[in-house]
Parts: sequence; C-alpha cells; structure tokens
Amino acid sequence: MLIETLIILLKIIIVLFGGAMTAGAVMTVVERKQSAWIQNRIGPNRANLRGHIMGPELLSSFRLGGLVHLAADGIKMIFKEDIIPARGNRFLHTLAPMLVMFPILVLFAVIPWMDYWCAGGDLIVIDYRDVCLSESTNAFSVADLDVGLLFIFAIASLGVYGVAIAGWASNSKYAILGGLRSSAQMLSYEVPMSLSVLGIVLIYRSLNLNEITRAQGDLLFGVIPAWGIFLQPVAFLVFFTAMLAETKRAPFDVPEGESEISTGYLTEYTGLKFGIMAMSEFIAVVFVAAVVSVLFLGGWQVPYLYGDGFHMPTPWLYGVIVLLSLGAAAFFFRAYRQSRGRLPAALSALAFLHGVLFVVAAMTQKSGFLALPYGLVVVLRIGAILFKTAVLVWFQLMLRWTLPRFRYDQIMRLGWKILIPVAVLNLIVTALVLIPFYR
Amino acid sequence: MAKSVHSPRMSLWERSYLPEIVRGLGRTIAHFFRAATGKNYRDKEHAWFLHQGNVTLAYPEVKRVYPERYRAEHRLMLRQDGQVRCVACMCCSTACPANCIHIVAAEHDDPSIEKYPASFVIDELRCIHCGFCVEACPCDAIRMDTGVHVKPFDARDQAYYDRNYLMARGELSAAVQGGKGHTP
Repeated sequence: MLIETLIILLKIIIVLFGGAMTAGAVMTVVERKQSAWIQNRIGPNRANLRGHIMGPELLSSFRLGGLVHLAADGIKMIFKEDIIPARGNRFLHTLAPMLVMFPILVLFAVIPWMDYWCAGGDLIVIDYRDVCLSESTNAFSVADLDVGLLFIFAIASLGVYGVAIAGWASNSKYAILGGLRSSAQMLSYEVPMSLSVLGIVLIYRSLNLNEITRAQGDLLFGVIPAWGIFLQPVAFLVFFTAMLAETKRAPFDVPEGESEISTGYLTEYTGLKFGIMAMSEFIAVVFVAAVVSVLFLGGWQVPYLYGDGFHMPTPWLYGVIVLLSLGAAAFFFRAYRQSRGRLPAALSALAFLHGVLFVVAAMTQKSGFLALPYGLVVVLRIGAILFKTAVLVWFQLMLRWTLPRFRYDQIMRLGWKILIPVAVLNLIVTALVLIPFYR
Repeated sequence: MAKSVHSPRMSLWERSYLPEIVRGLGRTIAHFFRAATGKNYRDKEHAWFLHQGNVTLAYPEVKRVYPERYRAEHRLMLRQDGQVRCVACMCCSTACPANCIHIVAAEHDDPSIEKYPASFVIDELRCIHCGFCVEACPCDAIRMDTGVHVKPFDARDQAYYDRNYLMARGELSAAVQGGKGHTP
C-alpha cells in the first residue's frame, strides 16, 4: 500500500514538475521565439548567464539561444511587488490564481503516456491489438480512470471559476468585463466540445483514454491506422477549435482583449500571481495538445507498431516509408546546403537514417514483420505521444500568430450558430453509420 | 457629409473562413521554416552563433554598414604636430542653424598661426546633424565622418563635447594648411 502510494506520488512529481510545469515554463520562451521567427525577427537572445558581455567576447557569452530568458523571467516574476487593489477582495484576489492553475494541472492526471505495462513484455498481438499474457499494470498515467473523458470535461470547466473570481475580486471595470467575457465564452464552447467528442466515444466505445488509444491501433481497410482524425475529421476541427477557445488565447482572447479592456481579468495582477495566471494559460496549451493527440492522433500509438514490433499489413508500405524519409532527407539536405545550419543537417541525417533502417527491415523481413524488444517499443511509444503533443503545441502557436482576434459577437456566433449545429450533425451521422456495428 | 465606406463583399469561399485560415497558415509557416533553416541569414559569419538569422540584425554584435557620407559624431582634425587644426575663425558656429557650437578664441604663441580655440564645445543635444559646419570650415578642421552614433546621455553635461574629446578621434588631414600643411 505504502509502495503504491509512493509510486503514485513519484508519477505525480514526474508529470507535474517534469512535464507540465517545465513545458509551461519553456513555452514562455518558445512562444516569443516562434513569433519572432514568423515575423522575420531574431527573438529573445540577450539574457546571459555570464552577465553583460558584448562585442568581441561573443563566444564567452552563455545564452543557450534565448533559453536563459526563462530564468530571467522567473526571477523577475518572483521579485516583483505583489499589488492588491485597495478596495478589492484580498482573499479572493489571492485565491483566484490558484483556482486557475489547479484544474489545469490536475487534468494531466488522466493522460495515458503509454499502454499498461505488461510484465516482462510477455504479450502477443491478435488482430492488431496487444494482448498481455501476464499481469498488466497501469504504469504510465497518474490515474487510470474509466471516466477519464468525463473527468476532463468536469475539471476543465472548473477553470472558469478562477477567472471569474479574479475579475470580480480586482474591483476594476476592465477586470470584471474580462471575467464576464471569459465565463460566457468558456460556457458556450463547452457545449460543442462535449458534443463533438461524443462521436469518438461512440466509435471506440469507451470513456477511458487508454482504451480509446488502444482502439486506435486498429487498421482501416487494412492499411490506414484507425486514428480519430481519419474517422472523425469534422469532430477534430470542432473539438480543436473549442479547445482553443477554452485556452483563452488568440484568436479567442477577448477576455484579455488589450485594445479595449486593458488586459481583462489580468489587469490588476502583478508579480508571481500574474505569472501563475499566464503560466496556466501556457500549460493549458500543452494540455490541449496532449488531449487532442490522445483522442484524434492515436496517443502513444506509432503506426503499425505493436507490442512485439512492426506489423506491416502489406510489404509495399516499407517502400512508401523509405521513399517518404528519403524525400525528407533530401529536402533538409537542400536547406542545409543553403544555410549551413545545424538544425537542417541533423534533421536530414535523422531522416536518412530512418530510411536506411526501413530498407534494412524490408530486406531482412519479407513477411512485413519486424521484431523489436519490448523496452524499445515502450520508448518509441512515449516518444510518439510527446512528439505529437509537441507538434500540436507548435501548431497552436502557429494559429495564435496567424489569426487576428475575433470580435466578441463573432466568437458567440461561431460557437452557438456554427460549431454546435455542426457537432450535432456530426454526432447524428456518426450514430446512424454505426448502427450496424452495434448489432 | 458623411463619408461612405465600402466594405468589400466576400465570396462564399472566403466567408467559409477555413480556406483563408489555411492560406494564412501557409504564409506564416513558410516564414517560420525560412527562419528555422536559416535561409535568410544576412550575416553569414555569425549565422551559426546567432542561429536565427533574419532580416533583423543582432545589433551590438553585428552593425549595419553606414553610407560614406553618413553624418555621425563630430571630430576635430589635427596638425602634423598634434595641435588642433582649427583656427577659431567662427565660420562653423556662424553657419550652425542650431547654435550648438561654442568657440572661445585665443591668440597662439606661434606667430604664423593667428588664433586657436581655447575652448571648443559642441552641444550634441542641440545639434541637428545638418553638416553645415563641415561645409563651412575653410581648413578641414571639423568633420562628421566618425561613423559613431551619438550615445544616450545620463546627464545634460555629458552632451557637451569639449575640445579634447573631439580631438581624441582626430587625424592628419590631406589638405594643406596655410602653405605649411601636411601632404601625404
């Protein structure tokens, strides 16, 4: 019992501090850097661990390409004065940042970072599903809830309390307007969010996130992985849009619309309290990426990779993969020839290696089966969900720096008049199509 | 009369919003990867270190090359023996539209040199960098070719550049002065 509690505690520490908090902190720099690159700027690179060194001592500076700004921002946030408005509510004003951050962190509990650990890798693959012959334990998610999806909806909607309280406790017209706007927006977008994901529940027949991911290992028509994005493309669009709105970031950032209501519910916050609010927004972005990758991009599934290795349904898939990776290698090599940069060089080498690996696999394994040790499979799968999450975070930042802010009435119109009808239609069509499968 | 505003009618394709989002994303993603793969490095030498080569220059390390006739901070040119070339003729302070050059003339010990500036102060806060002083100077004593920006000041008196400061960047001139000048 004690051991189990300790293990859970360890998992919480790893996921919370190693995963969510670190990702949120890194996001502060990543967002500034990425926006800079999009706008042909250089971005933050001035903070220097070795102090203020300039000119010929270029090499003696220690900046990690801007990552040092992470420490600089943190130190600044901690040491700034904490101001509570004179006629605001001291207690609620202090409580609100915690109420904003708490649900976002708790949400990470149900994300499955890998399948159940099968003791000793003693498993066989039947009909493209892993079947564990010995004892399987939940080792890679903090809490394996059978109602994981409901848990996400329940906890995610708690976030609005923190924002609304922050707006009210600040005793400022801007803040209360921001709080009201965000309440209305989050309540509106919860409806299409839940409706759109019901199609996924119908198809995979579970509310458990790990079961949903396991089911996405099936193959459609014997070739395509049965990921949510292929089965429910409309639901993916609606769900992703609704989740974006829940994070309260551009283009849905009217709650903090700088041009008209200062910074909305954040107006009266300073120092670490402001930092916590801003940070939980970033962590929310990471969470959205994680949950969308679990529901729609197969979570920890690597295409055609199962518990004991790669199972290619048809051998010519090797050819397709080799061609794709060699093409990617050529593309990055061209970029390297032009820029002599280290990133394209590394990417090119990686893609080439990937291609060579699969050429070897195709030569030696004629049956379309490539055996891999269980440990390697586990590492590949954890890498897969982290990679998918990273790509989706990148994509969200791309959207945030591409689209201008919606007007408030446009947000409401999009939510109630477009997303909800589309989600309902999608649900009805999905249900009708699925009738024969439920017999 | 009220001004009529024409809002362009969008086609159904544009109003459906999604294709236009994809178009915009294509533009920003192209920019992102151009920066990420370093295709728009301007400064090849530092590209590997500043590894986000872009249109923006990494200013203190990389400086933009100014045109030859760029009017930067002033300097006072020197005679062959290191004395100031200026003969305190007051042409520059007379030509100055901002009245920022303040010269106190004094008699020189050498009888072949009539006057010299006992004090030569330029108020950089008043200077408008028009270059009239340089054009007015009959003996190539004042120039604005240092290529150095005027630095930001903490206090007002730092903006008064005195004779020694201006001469510190001075050089010999190619022009002949009073028939006894230096010819390189």
